[in-house]
Formats: sequence, structure tokens, C-alpha cells
Amino acid sequence: MLTDRDRIFTNLNGRRGADLQSALRRGAWDGTKFLLEKGKDWIITEMKASGLRGRGGAGFPTGLKWSFMPKPQEGRPHYLVVNADESEPGTCKDREIMRNDPHLLIEGCLIASFAMHANACYIYIRGEYVREREALQRAVDEAYAENLVGKDNVHGYPFDIYVHHGAGAYICGEETALLESLEGKKGMPRLKPPFPANMGLYGSPTTVNNVESIAVAGTILRRGGDWFAGLGKPNNTGTKLFSISGHVERPCNVEEEMGITFRELVEKHCGGVRGGWDNLMAVIPGGSSVPVLPEHQCQDLSMDFDTLRNLKSGLGTAAVIVMDKSTDIVRAIARISYFYKHESCGQCTPCREGTGWMWRVVNRMAEGRAEKREIDMLLEVSTQVEGHTICALGDAAAWPVQGLIRHYRHEIEKRIDDYSRNSTPADYPIAAVAAE
Amino acid sequence: MSVRRLAAVQPDDFAFTQDNLRWAEGQIAKYPEGRQMSAVIPLLWKAQEQHDGWLPEPAIRRVAEMLAMPTIRVMEVATFYTMFNLAPVGERFVQLCGTTPCALRGANALKDVCRKVIGDERHVTADGKLSWLEVECLGACSNAPMVQINYDYYEDLTPENLEALLEDLRAGRAVKTGSQIGRSCSAPEGEDTSLTDETLYDGSVVGAWRKRFDEQGGADATEADSAGRPAEASRPEAKLAKGKGDAEAQPDAGKAEKPVQADARPADRSRREGQPSWAGGKGGTDDVSPPAKPRGEEG
Repeated sequence: MLTDRDRIFTNLNGRRGADLQSALRRGAWDGTKFLLEKGKDWIITEMKASGLRGRGGAGFPTGLKWSFMPKPQEGRPHYLVVNADESEPGTCKDREIMRNDPHLLIEGCLIASFAMHANACYIYIRGEYVREREALQRAVDEAYAENLVGKDNVHGYPFDIYVHHGAGAYICGEETALLESLEGKKGMPRLKPPFPANMGLYGSPTTVNNVESIAVAGTILRRGGDWFAGLGKPNNTGTKLFSISGHVERPCNVEEEMGITFRELVEKHCGGVRGGWDNLMAVIPGGSSVPVLPEHQCQDLSMDFDTLRNLKSGLGTAAVIVMDKSTDIVRAIARISYFYKHESCGQCTPCREGTGWMWRVVNRMAEGRAEKREIDMLLEVSTQVEGHTICALGDAAAWPVQGLIRHYRHEIEKRIDDYSRNSTPADYPIAAVAAE
Repeated sequence: MSVRRLAAVQPDDFAFTQDNLRWAEGQIAKYPEGRQMSAVIPLLWKAQEQHDGWLPEPAIRRVAEMLAMPTIRVMEVATFYTMFNLAPVGERFVQLCGTTPCALRGANALKDVCRKVIGDERHVTADGKLSWLEVECLGACSNAPMVQINYDYYEDLTPENLEALLEDLRAGRAVKTGSQIGRSCSAPEGEDTSLTDETLYDGSVVGAWRKRFDEQGGADATEADSAGRPAEASRPEAKLAKGKGDAEAQPDAGKAEKPVQADARPADRSRREGQPSWAGGKGGTDDVSPPAKPRGEEG
């Protein structure tokens, strides 16, 4: 069981001040200069030793990512860009960091920038988070006022940090789309290679990291990579912010150990599944883009990257969406399909056309207004979208649909049967998403 | 993708106020020389803010001039990003999150409230006070269902309190932002289940980590770690065990799963053999029973 002393975000629930003085008492900015004096190599080694995997969804090792930055060259500045465009349905963890523990993030930005020879950092925050942006900007201003960051700061490493914002596009959470957006263009993902580490923001070497990955850096270095690696499971180390939403008694954000079981997570922090454990129907364990898992796979489910991947789902951003037996699962997934249709940037044909097509078909299936052979056709089309687009939005749109067919084909078939048996289709009652 | 077009009726001209012009200069200065294009979203945003919450075509042209961009590039940006309203909206613009996590907790019922109080989507009420739109995930899923009205989030809504909220806003009464049921941010309703250890907030955290560097003289970070940690961690653990031992022991649900974790641990153990840190650093609480054994053998 994770003790409070091993939690990194000690103001996650916003009960304490987010200002600099309060943050200092909680241990932010503590010995940052000392850590920087240990050198870039030490920082990257510690980060690698911690086993921290990127918290933005893909789970790529953060230390390794940092080591990809090339040697500095004259006239090619390095950049750190922090991805605070938190838009994956179900995910609301970075928001709490930015409004309640912003100084951990700013300190992490300095450390990460130092390790990657970057003297400037942009934090790209989603447009909707206006109050969070203001909170973060306040914290940045405080840090400037105390000379913790800036051209000639107390840490002896020239460093500027800027808060930039978007204007409501899910796709800007994709790192190259985010860079395009930051350059003042439409957020359309770039082809890779060249990777951002070589050609990123303004054509310069750039690393894009999630808010949580950066914000934990200071604490990891202070307490040691091995401390972090000692929490969680092998290859799935450390603590993680879980955002639990949907049909639990008390939804919340909470920092827990990686590899905690789904049941413990929900029982301990959320007061259990609404209507009791037996009322559980399905769980989306990592944000809307990962496939849904049916109840029988959730009994002893360990919440970590590898376990969930082996179940053909994923930890993603650890946004746990819980659905009880009152849920209309087909409609719930249809709504996710609509989301991807709405958010496709329109650059690649399979995604632009495929997301809309999949949404229309799943929507028909929710009513039962379909033929059974269309289920296989839908599956086939989803595999034609998956992997055939520049960025992962195509995959993200295909996976929920594939998960639905994998686990709930019988439900779709039942609806089709019911619909065709019904002589007056117009009168067929359609259950609401959640019978409240 | 959504099709977005400019409104049919447009004002003749648009000019930033002096204050906003100065503000815009500050924004442009955030980006390297020659990269002023980066400021396009903030500038359009400001234009929208100045122009009653929607972005007129002359403002798009004006921003293009200010940033030395072709007008079509700014037009692209204005039509791509869905937070730019291309047609008039109400003084209070309600953006209702309808994506699955909110829908699971009753966002569809909230839509009915909006239809009842305001009318159809995008319709601006006759007094110009309200309009609403269903939008995609606003990132407050643990506080679902929720709406954003202008810049503020209103969370943990029910049809009743949303209706009251809309009426209050229409009447110009003061309203409470954030959670409508008194939650602190996204903490679970009622008692906190984590972060109850007061020693986190008394300043004792500051400098506690230094021991591992001092004892080893900073020579080897890895070794220093194993020496320094138990000492550091033991204190709060002891307190915890004393203070709320019973509460900690309660969640039996977790214990059932422990053996599974124990299976996974041995591989982990071999990876960092000879580090007693685990037993001290983590095993101090009273839930040690099943996994403690394999760990104990280590030491």
C-alpha cells in the first residue's frame, strides 16, 4: 500500500495553497541547484534508473527520450515542450497538477531543460483550461519574481518558461500536431521521421513530454531513481495519477502505485462500484482510446502498462472509466466514436472518412438497425483505419470499436435480432445511455 | 472534423483596444524573432474576448496584418480550432460536455435542461444572455457531469442545480464555480482517502532526502539511495501505523489481490538484489503480511 510519504503530488486535492511559499514547505524547489550540479548525465541516468514511463499514454521511457536529444550546435537552440493539452476523454489529472502543484511542474521543466541543453520551455495548455492556465501563469510569475527561473536565475542556468495555449483541438495532444499548433498553424500531425528530437519546434531539436512525466522529475531525483523503481512493478514502476470516472460511488483523481488492482483502486478511493461490485459491467482502463474490458477480466486486474497490453487494452493515461450494468455499452462506444469523428483533423483519408463511417455504423447498431454481416465489415474497416494514418488518432478511433466487437458482439447481435423481430421499428424503445 | 463557416452577418471593422494591443505585443515577445506566427491563437482568442465572445471576419484580417501572415493562414486557424466561435453567442455561453464519461453520469439529462431553459443548440435567447452548445470532453471527468460557462467550470451537476444555475446567471446573481456539491477540486466526495499525513505539510519533507547524498558523500547515487531511504522513510511510517493503523488495515479487498503481486515481485527482486531498502521503505505499514515474506528473505 502506498503511504502518503511516498506520494509526489501532495496537493492533488487542492486543500492546501498552490502558491510558492506553500509549495516550498511541501518540498518543491528543494535543492534544485544541488541536483543540477550533479550534471546532465547523472540526471538522465537517474531518470532511466527510475524506470519512469511517459505518462501521456504511450508509456515510452522518459529517461531514454531525454537521452535522444542531439549534441548542441551553434544557432540551433533546444526546446522542451510540455504537453498540457489534456483532452483524452476520462483524463483530468494534469489539470490538478497545474492548478494545485504548479511548482513541481515548473521545477521539472527547469531540470528537464537543463538535462537536454534547452534554455526555453513552452507549456502548451488546452484552451478550455482557462483558470488552470491562469494558475500556472501565476506560479510562473512567482518563480520569475523569486529568480528561480529567468535569464540570470539562482540556479545558474539561463532558462525561460512560457505558457502557451490552444483553442480546443484534441489532436493537438499529438506531439507533432502540438508543435504545428505552437508554430501558429492548424494542428495537423507531421510525418515522422524526422522526429522532434531532430526537427521539432521551429526546426530545432525538441522534446515533448507530458505534464505528469515532467512534474515527477524533481522528486525522483531527490529521492533517487531506485526509490521510484521500488514502487510498482518491474517495467511498470512508480506512482501514477489515476482519474476514475463513471459509475463509481465517488469519482476522483488519486495518486496510487502502478500495478494496484482495479478493485483496490475503486474500493479504497471511490467507495466501490455504484450498486455494488456485482453491478460492474465494463471498464475502459486508460482513456477513451483504449479498448473496453468486460467485467470478468476486471476481477484481479492489475493497473499497469504490460498487464493491460496483454489483455489487448492499455493503461494509456490511467483514466479509468467504469460502467455498471445500467450502461448501454453500444451507445457508450458510439459516443466515443462520435468524439473521434469530431476531432479528426482531416489530414489522412482513412481517419477523416473512417471515423465518420464507423460512428454512423455503430450508431445504427446501437438501435439494432443493421445486419449481422456488418459487424465483420465494421471490424474489417476499423483495421483499415488502424495503422494507416500519420498519427495515432486513427488507431485511437479504431480500438474502442474493436474492443466493443471483441467483447460485446453478442449484445450487438441481440439488438439486431430484437430490431428485426419488431414490426414497428419506430416504436422500438431505445434505452438511454445511463438509466439514472 | 466539423464543418465550420463564418457567420453571414459580419461587422465592418475590428480594432483592438489600446490595452489589448499592448497585451498582444507581450504575447508576440514570448516567441523567438521571426516566429510571431506562434501568437496567432492567443491573439484570436483576445479578439474573440473583446468582441462579445465570437470572432468576426475583420478580426481575422486584423490579426493577419499584425502577425504578417497571409489572411488565409489565420482563417485556417480560426476555422480549425473549435473554441473560436464564428457566430454570435450568448453573454453566458454554456458549453456542455457530452462525451462518454459525462454521458455516463447524466449529461443527457442536462441537455434537456438546456433545451428547456435556453432552446436549441446555438440559439441565443432573446435577451442575449444565454446560449449553449454540446462540446467534446472538457477534461473534468472525475467531476462529471459538468459544463463550462465562459471561462469557468461548473462541476458535479444535476438537472436541478444546473437549472438553478442558469436562472441565477440569467438574473445576474452570484454563482459558485467549480464543484456544485462542495468537493475540493477532484478529491473524492466526503472524507479524503489519501494525503492525510500531516507531516507532509509541516516542512519536515524539506531536506529529508539529503541524507542519502550526505552519507555517501554523493559518490555513488545508487548505493547512497539504499542507505539513505529507510532512515528517511521510517519516521512517517511509524506515525502512520500508530495514527490510523486500523483504517489502514481495513481494505481487505486489496489483500485478496496481494498474492498476485507477490508473484510478480521475485523477478523484480532479482533485479536489485541486496537492497534492503524495500523492506524498510515500503513494508513499514501493516499490510505487509503476504508479500513481506519474499521480501524478508532478501535481507
